[in-house]
Amino acid sequence: MSAAVLPDRWLRFVVKPWVFVLCLVPFLMLAYGTVIGDLGANPLERVTDVTGQWGLRFLLITLAVTPLRQLTGMSQLLRFRRMLGLFAFFYISLHFLTWVWLDQQLSWGNIVADIAKRPYVTVGFAAWLLLVPLAVTSTKGMMRWLGRRWKSLHKLIYLIAPLGVLHFVWLVKADVLEPVIYGGILVVLLVLRLKPLGGSRQHRVGTAFKGSSANQL
Amino acid sequence: MLIKKPSDVRPSEITSPEVYAKRREFLKAAAALGIGAVASGPAGALVKPSGSGTPIPNVIDTAYGDKLELTEYEHVTTYNNFYEFGTGKSQPAENSKDFKTRPWTVVVDGECEAPGEIGIEDILSSIPQEERIYRLRCVEAWSMVIPWVGFPLSSLLKRFKPTSKAKYVAFETLVDKERMPGQRRAVLDWPYREGLRMDEAMNPLAIFATGLYGELLPNQNGAPLRLVVPWKYGFKSIKSIVRISFTQTIPETTWWKLAPHEYGFYANVNPEVDHPRWSQASHRIIGAGLFSSKQPTMMFNGYAEQVADLYRGMDLAKFY
Repeated sequence: MSAAVLPDRWLRFVVKPWVFVLCLVPFLMLAYGTVIGDLGANPLERVTDVTGQWGLRFLLITLAVTPLRQLTGMSQLLRFRRMLGLFAFFYISLHFLTWVWLDQQLSWGNIVADIAKRPYVTVGFAAWLLLVPLAVTSTKGMMRWLGRRWKSLHKLIYLIAPLGVLHFVWLVKADVLEPVIYGGILVVLLVLRLKPLGGSRQHRVGTAFKGSSANQL
Repeated sequence: MLIKKPSDVRPSEITSPEVYAKRREFLKAAAALGIGAVASGPAGALVKPSGSGTPIPNVIDTAYGDKLELTEYEHVTTYNNFYEFGTGKSQPAENSKDFKTRPWTVVVDGECEAPGEIGIEDILSSIPQEERIYRLRCVEAWSMVIPWVGFPLSSLLKRFKPTSKAKYVAFETLVDKERMPGQRRAVLDWPYREGLRMDEAMNPLAIFATGLYGELLPNQNGAPLRLVVPWKYGFKSIKSIVRISFTQTIPETTWWKLAPHEYGFYANVNPEVDHPRWSQASHRIIGAGLFSSKQPTMMFNGYAEQVADLYRGMDLAKFY
C-alpha cells in the first residue's frame, strides 16, 4: 500500500499536539460556558448531554481507527488510537462525574438506588466501569507487562461501545433518531472488522503488524 | 461554596412587594403605550423580550403565586418541549417563528348541548383575562415559575353546556405538517392529545392560557391557546388547542399511548411516585445555575390544598 507517511518527528511534535488540542475543544467550550454562565436554561442538562455525546463519539472514533487504516493503508493512524481512547474515557468520566456530583450531589444512597433501578443508568455505569481498566492499562509499561492478555482485555471495547449506545437509546423519551445514528455507525464499524474490504485478511494483518507494535485490537 | 442546602422555601422564592409592584406598573405602562418590550424579571434581572411582543390589554391582577420568583422570560421562551416544532428544547423557539395563529378556531363537540366553534379573538374579547403566576413542573424533573395570562377553563367550557354524560374533556393540538415541521416525523402519534376529568377541568386552578409576561403567548409556548394545569406535570398542558370534546369515557392521551407505564392519565405531580427514568422526589429550578442544589418536590406541585379533594380515596400509585 502506498499511503502517505509523515516523518516521525512531524507526527510527534506537530500533528499529535494539534489533534490533542482539537479533542479538548468540546471540554474547553463547556468550561468557557460555565465560567461566563452561558450554558442555557438548564446547564446541568447541557453538560450531561455534551460530555455523554462526546464520550460516545470518541468511542466510535477510536473504533474507526482500525478500519480507516485498512481502507487508507495509513498505518500511522494507529499512533492516535490510544489518545483517542483516553479522550473517550475522559469525556465519559466527566459525564459520570457530572451525574454523581452535580446531579445526584454525592448522595450515595440515591446513586446506588438509581444504578440498581433504572436500566439506562445501570448500563451507562457498567460501560464507564469497564472503561476504567482499559484506561489504567493504556501505558506502554502495562502493555508490556500484560503481553498477550492486553489485547484480550482491550477487546472489552466491543462490549462497552454497544452499552454506550444502549444507554442513549434507553434514556430518550420518544425521538430515537440520534441514538439510532450512533448505533448505525457502530454496526458499520463492527461489520468492517468481520469482513475486511478488498484484499485478503492475511495481507492486512501482515501490514498492520509491520506498521505498529502489538497494540491493536 | 456553591452548593446550597435544600430547604422548603428559599429566600429567593419571595419577591419583594416593591419589585413585584414595579413589574406590574411597568407592564401596564408598556401596554398603555402599546409597545412590545414589557418583560422585567425579578430582582432586577434583565430579560430580553423575544416573544410575541403583543401586550394583552386590561389584564386583571390576581394573588395567585405573587410570592414566587419568576423564571426569566428568556428561559421560559427558549427552553420548551413542543415536539410539533422539534424534539430539542431550543427548536420550538427557532422553528415556530413563522407559525401563523390567526385566524384560529377551536371546535367544541361531544357530550354538550351547544356544540360549536369559537375564534381566538372572540375568546380574548369576551372573557376577562387575568394573570396567574404558577409553578410548572416537568416530568423531566425541572421546574419554572411562569406569569401566565389566561382564564379558568370553566368560563369557556360552560358556554357549550356540557351534559351530565360529560365525564371527561379531551383536547387536541393542530395537525399541519407545513406549519409545524416537527410533525413531518412520526415521533409522536399526531395530533397531540390530552384530557382531564370534568371535575379537574372545572377546578378554578385549571386555566386556558393566552399569554405570559403580559404578552400574547409566544408560538413556542403554545399560541394562541394552551392548557395550564399547575398541579400536573407539564405534558398535560396541551398547546395550540384546536379541538375540545366532552366525552363519556377516559380519553386516550398521547404520552400515555406511547408509554403507558411511564405517563399516566392523571400525571399529578407526586414526589412519592417515581417515573421509570427520573426520580420525582426532587427537581432542579430553571435559571438556578449549574451548581445549584435540587429542590424537594411538593405533593401536587404545592397545590394540594386546592386539589387534593379531587383524588380522595384514589390510590395515586395506581392512578398516576
